[in-house]
Amino acid sequence: MLREVPEIPSASIADIAFILLLFFIIATTMDTDSGIARRLPPLQPEQEMVKQPQIKERNVFVVLLNKDDQLLVENKPLNINQLRETTKEFIENPYNNEKLPEKEVIDVPFLGKYMVSKGVLSLQNDRGTTFGAYLEVQNELVAAYNELRDELAIRKFGKRFDNLDYEKQEAIKKIYPQKISEAEPKNIGGK
Amino acid sequence: MSRFQPKKKNILPGISTASLPDIVFMLLFFFMVATRLKDNQLKVTISLPQGTEIKKLEKKSLVSFIYVGEPRIQYQKLMGTEPVIQLNDAFSSIDDIQRFIEIERKSHNEKEIPLLTTSLKVDSHCRMGIVTDIKQELRRCNALKINYSCRKRTK
Repeated sequence: MLREVPEIPSASIADIAFILLLFFIIATTMDTDSGIARRLPPLQPEQEMVKQPQIKERNVFVVLLNKDDQLLVENKPLNINQLRETTKEFIENPYNNEKLPEKEVIDVPFLGKYMVSKGVLSLQNDRGTTFGAYLEVQNELVAAYNELRDELAIRKFGKRFDNLDYEKQEAIKKIYPQKISEAEPKNIGGK
Repeated sequence: MSRFQPKKKNILPGISTASLPDIVFMLLFFFMVATRLKDNQLKVTISLPQGTEIKKLEKKSLVSFIYVGEPRIQYQKLMGTEPVIQLNDAFSSIDDIQRFIEIERKSHNEKEIPLLTTSLKVDSHCRMGIVTDIKQELRRCNALKINYSCRKRTK
């Protein structure tokens, strides 16, 4: 004999779902982590330290950051707002200025022979520099490279660098390799 | 005129709550999908610097965090006010980093080890000295992929 099963009351489902919902609201976060990705240079064995390749002075873009977060770029004080433009001009060397870096011709896939600058950015900070200022400078230097890459990508392929496929990105990276070297920080500020 | 129409009662019918569970479940699923569980309880105060050239950290499981900042007020009696390092849930010293990286590596597949990223969450007022020490320590244990955590600059 079939007995009628009483229906399970569903009035409390809403309450149960609310409890779950509250748990998830409290215990989770929404913020995604983001930041500037960098690669540290590998630690070199002591004896190899001596025979580091000599880089000509005109190929090095020296950025110094002191304990009061003041910038000295190529022996001239500079405002952080001008750093990006100055860096771009250094890397690109549009008028083949003798004081700016040399160029060499490299065969790049897709783009043929291309004049590539040998410039290297060198960043040195003090142990007393604040992290905020340091990151701002890092950001500007990376931004200079990114802008140059974007400009070239739009000129050659009509797309922004991020939207290109892998091979084309590699080709552009060959023309503007990100060369940012960091010297050991000084400790002038004390602390 | 209104003879044929029955007199309407002047009471509003209650709003049906039958769909309430569905609505709440929808919200619940949204939160389950769009958020992730909070990780470590921060014991240091960190106000992240801002940048424009930021990239999202992909693959959460491959990232380990190092926090640097002033201790929170309730810990200042114990730790002072100078910036300190926090690894996982505890205050640590610079020497603990190697072990921290070691443990992180052990919990991963061998193939994934070169992909492991260390994210430095450093307070923007922190001095570079401590950051440099951390970087040197990371180089020593060959954890070269790092990421300076920062916010997107809003103008």
